[in-house]
Formats: sequence, C-alpha cells, structure tokens
Amino acid sequence: MKETVLLTKRMRDFPSDSHLIDIYEKSNGYKVAKKTLSKSSPEEVLKEIQDSNIKGRGGAGFPTGTKWGMLVEDKEKYLVINADESEPGTFKDRILLERDPHQLIEGMIITCFAANIDKAFIYIRGEYAKPARRVQNAVEQAYSKGYLGKKIFGTNMNLDIVVHLGAGAYICGEETALLNSLEGRRGEPRLKPPFYPAVKGLYMKPTLVNNVETISSVPWIVENTGAEYNKLGVEGSTGTRIFSLSGHINKPGNYEIEMGSSFGEFVETLGEGVRNNKKIKAFIPGGASAPWLTGEQLEIKMTIDDVAKNNSMLGSGAVVMMDEDTNLVNAAKSIVSFFAHESCGQCTPCREGTTWLEMILDRVASGRGRSSDLELLLDVCDNISPGLSWPPKMTTICPLGPSAVSPITSLMKNFRDEVENMIPTKVLL
Amino acid sequence: MSWDKKLINQANKIIKQYPQKRSALGPLLHLAQSKDGYISDDSIEVISELIGITEVQVKSVSTFYSMYKQEPTGKYLISVCKSISCEISNSSDVIKKVQEITGLNNNETDEEGIFTFEKVECIGACGGAPAIQINYETVEGMTPESTESLFNWLKENQPKVIVADILQEKFGGTRSFEWGIKDNSGTIASVPGFQNFNTVGESK
Repeated sequence: MKETVLLTKRMRDFPSDSHLIDIYEKSNGYKVAKKTLSKSSPEEVLKEIQDSNIKGRGGAGFPTGTKWGMLVEDKEKYLVINADESEPGTFKDRILLERDPHQLIEGMIITCFAANIDKAFIYIRGEYAKPARRVQNAVEQAYSKGYLGKKIFGTNMNLDIVVHLGAGAYICGEETALLNSLEGRRGEPRLKPPFYPAVKGLYMKPTLVNNVETISSVPWIVENTGAEYNKLGVEGSTGTRIFSLSGHINKPGNYEIEMGSSFGEFVETLGEGVRNNKKIKAFIPGGASAPWLTGEQLEIKMTIDDVAKNNSMLGSGAVVMMDEDTNLVNAAKSIVSFFAHESCGQCTPCREGTTWLEMILDRVASGRGRSSDLELLLDVCDNISPGLSWPPKMTTICPLGPSAVSPITSLMKNFRDEVENMIPTKVLL
Repeated sequence: MSWDKKLINQANKIIKQYPQKRSALGPLLHLAQSKDGYISDDSIEVISELIGITEVQVKSVSTFYSMYKQEPTGKYLISVCKSISCEISNSSDVIKKVQEITGLNNNETDEEGIFTFEKVECIGACGGAPAIQINYETVEGMTPESTESLFNWLKENQPKVIVADILQEKFGGTRSFEWGIKDNSGTIASVPGFQNFNTVGESK
C-alpha cells in the first residue's frame, strides 16, 4: 500500500519552505487560478468539481459539487473555510494550513470565481496559533503580489480574505454554529430550516462553507479535470484523502491515500504495525463521534460506504488504534467527557445527558460503579438518541449529543464484560 | 476608555475587516486578553462601545468560549490535552507531573502569577500524543521527564517569546508529522500569537 500524493506533494518536494509564495509559484502554484480566471467560465469550474465526485472532507461527506450548485444568487455571498478542526484524533487540516497555505488560497480563489464571491473567511480554531500565523502570512504575500484584493491577476475579479481565529469551542465546527461565531455570537448551532448555508448563511446571505482539505483539492481537480480525480479511489469515495493515524501505532501521522484499502493494511504498511507487536482491541474509524470497530473488523475497507455498512462512519478521517492493553472504559470516558465539555447547552438531552453519562462512567471507571449502571448508561443514551440506531436518531438541533452515545453503545455491544468487570461485586453500604 | 491609542487603533483595524462590526467581537476579546490576561470589565465596556452592542452581549459571548478567561492567567498558560489519543498515550502521567510541579488544580494560577494550569480537549496533535501547549504553542510527544525539564527551563529562563519549534526541539518527542519548516515566531502573551492581536514575537 502506497500513498497517492496530490495535496501533500509540495511539502514533500520542498520540506523546509513549502509555505512560501516563491516556492509555491516555482512549483506550478497560482497557474491554475490565473488560467481559470482568464480562460474558463464559472460553469466550467463547477462542472469539473461535480465530475470529480469529491465529497466534503470535514466529516459529513456531503458532495461538494451539489453544495456549490445549491448556492442561491444574491448580490452579497460569502465563502467560509471551516478550519475549526477539533474532532479528537484529527490533525490533517493542520498540516495543510501549516505547510501549504497557498494551495488553500488558490483553491479559494478558484472557488470564489466559480461562485462569483468577493469576500471569504478562513475560520481557524484558536488553538491553531502557528497554522493561523502561516495562513495570515500567506494571505499577505498573496495580496502583495496582486493575487488577492482588487482586479486579481489583472482580471475583473475582486477577492478579500480574512483570517478569523476561534476561541476554543468544538461545536463551531458545526457549520451553522461556525457562522454564528463568525457573526460575533455564541457558537450555538442554528435551528433548521433553513437547512443550508448555501441558501441562508453568514448574515443570512448565501454562503459556501467548505473544509480546508476539500478546497485545497480544488486546484488539482481543475488542473487535471474532474474526470481524472474521479478515477482515483473507488466509486462513492473518489480521489485521495488524508487520514490522521494515531494511537498505539509505530508510525502515527497523516497519510494521503486513495480510499479502498483495508484498515488492517493501512496499519501494517504505512503505520508500520502496532506498537510492541500487540493486537488491536478496538479502533475508531473516523473521529471521536464515530462508533468503534473491533480488532476483528480490521479487514473493512476504508471507504465511506463500507464503513457506513458496518454501522460507523469515516467522518473526519481520524483513525485511532487501541491495543489489547487499553482500558476501554477510560477511553469511552475520555470521549464522553469531551462531548460533555463541548455541548453548547441549547438542547436538554445533550446538555443533561452528556453530563450524566460522564458522571456515571466516572463512577464505573473509578471502581465505584453499581450493577444497575450498565442499563442506566444505555437508558440515558436512549434519551439522547432514541433506539440507539446508526445513523443516530436525533432529539437535538445538531449531532453532538448523539455523538456522545457512540462510544458507549460500542462498548456495551462488543466489550460489555469489560464494563461489568469494573463493577465491584459487593457494594458496602 | 481605558485602552490606549495603539490598542484602539488595532481594534479599529480588525473591525474594518468585517462587513458587520459585531463579527469583530471574537478577535477583540482575544485582543483584550492580550492586554490583561483575561476579559476585564473594563475591556467589556470598551468593546461594547466599539462595536455597538451591550455589555451583557459581550459578556455572554466571552463566557461561551473556553479560551476567553474570566480570571487573570499567569505568564504561561499550560494546557495539557486529555482527549482520546492523548488519554490512551498516558497523558494522565503528564497531567500528574504538571500538578506535582506547580501544585495547581485544574484552572488555577499560582500566587506569583507565573503558571496557569488547565486540562484541555483535543488540540490536534494526536499523532504526537501526549501533547501540551504553552500559551497555545504546541509541544508533542511529552513524557513526565520531559515535562519536568520543560518547567525547569521555563522557570529559569522565563522567556518573553514562546515558540513551538524551540520547545519541540528541546523537550518534544514524536511529532504528529514532520514539521519541516524551521520557525522562530511565537507568542508574547498568554493568547495565540497572531498578527491581528499584535502578539507575534520572534526568538533568536
């Protein structure tokens, strides 16, 4: 198994200075944008993106071409890049922001050309200070060259980009919460409808909200055609994707691969195997929100559809491997406690439910659990997401609440004995 | 108003970037914090006047986000990640070490105003777990031993500028990915080192 390098090529070719505009231009950078703006029509760009069948790389996997096609016509429209990467296990946008910020900017220029947008924002999580500095420097370099601002590349197109820092709220990765945050409000997801920011987004104006990796793919797609991109990977999961591999692995890291290999192959080849030759007990296929898979399911293919068929999701592309020595109750507690901390508090099932789940799991993990706690955990989960099905049923405005249910149902379904073993047999009163 | 001219100018520069003034609220709160180390009542008043919303609206936003501190932070904000990849890579040992060295509980600041300690959720350094941030500059691949060395170094040198690359070189271990580029820029406050907040510093 090998990497297929489209988005991470430049940072490999120029390991020490891939972030600089001179290097970017030396390696073909901004040529696609220049050519597109002078020779193509917005419709042609949209068609390439639709032909590529690329799906959003933020986690939801919504087809990008469809999203762009839904953008309503208006005098005032915006592009917002979602760089609020905070799904536990995920660090793939960080490498794109830090090491190839111009690729993102060029993707934004082409996107704004296709959608006739003249104002764009990059919303970067506040903890990503270093990536944000790099992007800000890159934006300033692009302005100084006339690639941003008025009449870019000498055409009639204008585009301003603002780099906006968040302030530590995972929920702002949810696109309507992100828009509220960018408007200077609490990062609370908006009640739907309206369902799509492409209809009513920032300041209730049509807005494209796209992930960093998605828009960083745009220059390659437009240069090489959507049809070429569509040939990579497998049907339903085309192109390459950067997976963040972490946990008990010999060589954790970001790997850009075509979707279609199995998780096991990924771990054994690129990840160079499990640390200390241990066995994998469980793994998370797509970030903390995704239900866990077990060590027996490593042969599942890394495609959106294959993982969905096995009742989980490829999500943000964060693969976390847990070996046979892992205390899974503690692991679940860590994830539940994450969601309890990050719940925005609007919806009662999520606000109260995640807090209770955290308290009960804490009790179990510290050896003070009660035998009734197992059913209690599932009961609280059922109140957040009735039926405990996958994809989850919702009682809340956004999927954060149901995400906290994933680790618990995974634990109960596959590792119930581990939880039971942590309950003291005799409780002294 | 109790912000000096330089800060007000910077605030107005930020406000101008946005189609609507209120969008500048988040960045202005970071700016306020770069001055005082927390969101003071004074700053709330200034910001509410600058962008034309009520003080309560400013307060309501400032209390939603975990990076806006409601109490003064120390010179160095120590944030140790406890999310899943760090949790299964023994971040609890790093947390114990920090607490042992500083004597601080979660979200506490020492009397001298040097260190503030907090346990935080995922900081996007999962490949280099366990990870820690000093004033939002990331160091990856920590151990209890390297944590101790890091604190000794901070106490001894009390550096004005905190730079991720320098800390990583001196005290870090496994990285999430090859950082590649050598970078000397970092932060001069307990807020993110970012151009718009005038908090970027260069180290030799």
